[in-house]
Amino acid sequence: MTPPTLNHYLLVSVLLFGTGVVGVVTRRNAIVIFMSIEIMLNAVNLAFASFSRYLGDGAGHAFVIFSIAVAAAEAAVGLALLIAIYRNRQTADIEDLDLLKG
Amino acid sequence: MNAQAILFYVFAGAALGTAALVITAKNAISSAIFLVVCFFNLAALFVLLDAHFLAATQILVYAGAITVLILFVIMLLDITQLARMEGSRNATAQAIGLVLVAIATVLLARQVSESPIGFPESLPPAFGTVEAAGDILFKQYLLPFELVSLLLLAAIVAAVALAHREGDRP
Repeated sequence: MTPPTLNHYLLVSVLLFGTGVVGVVTRRNAIVIFMSIEIMLNAVNLAFASFSRYLGDGAGHAFVIFSIAVAAAEAAVGLALLIAIYRNRQTADIEDLDLLKG
Repeated sequence: MNAQAILFYVFAGAALGTAALVITAKNAISSAIFLVVCFFNLAALFVLLDAHFLAATQILVYAGAITVLILFVIMLLDITQLARMEGSRNATAQAIGLVLVAIATVLLARQVSESPIGFPESLPPAFGTVEAAGDILFKQYLLPFELVSLLLLAAIVAAVALAHREGDRP
């Protein structure tokens, strides 16, 4: 078994991202969709970190830290939105949220 | 067969497995717990990539803060109502979406698997340490770093404004 290469890490990243997209496409529970988005963000962070390791350049780590900060902001606002929606509509099922449907 | 390869396969497999469990679990709380496990495994992958500071940040922010926030929101909402929500979405849309995701994933995976590129043996001496991360953040990326603090402040204000009930005293 050879040591893992850049391609191994990128493959893991692609598969994780795919898993996240499948979660967003198939689930109805808004919270689980939210978690799938977090998985996708993490997949991208993994790709950043592996390229950073490959290039021996720490700038990739700075980008991952920015990405984590944006994810934290997104989590706070997203969950506050969920609470606001739940308070007004008594649901977290995205199929019930069709006010903008023509 | 070296230790690093074994660790990589263990942690990568666990990360992918728990990610699959997150999106398939019936109960939102189980999903959240699997998500924590997934984040820990990703932190281990960061350690294998010599990104030690990132691994610590990952555990603190993702496995710590974000999942606790998610669990709090799950508990604030009505669990029985959440459990009733697991019928299927519009089947046609779901099928089209899944096919597109499958095509994109297979194409990307094939592209990525071609001609493996090994990692360089030698690294800058401080690679992945807090010192190196701080050096880059506070010199090269000082402006974005300060802008992130502004973004976090805006997110805090937005979260309070959104979750705040009309008529409540602030």
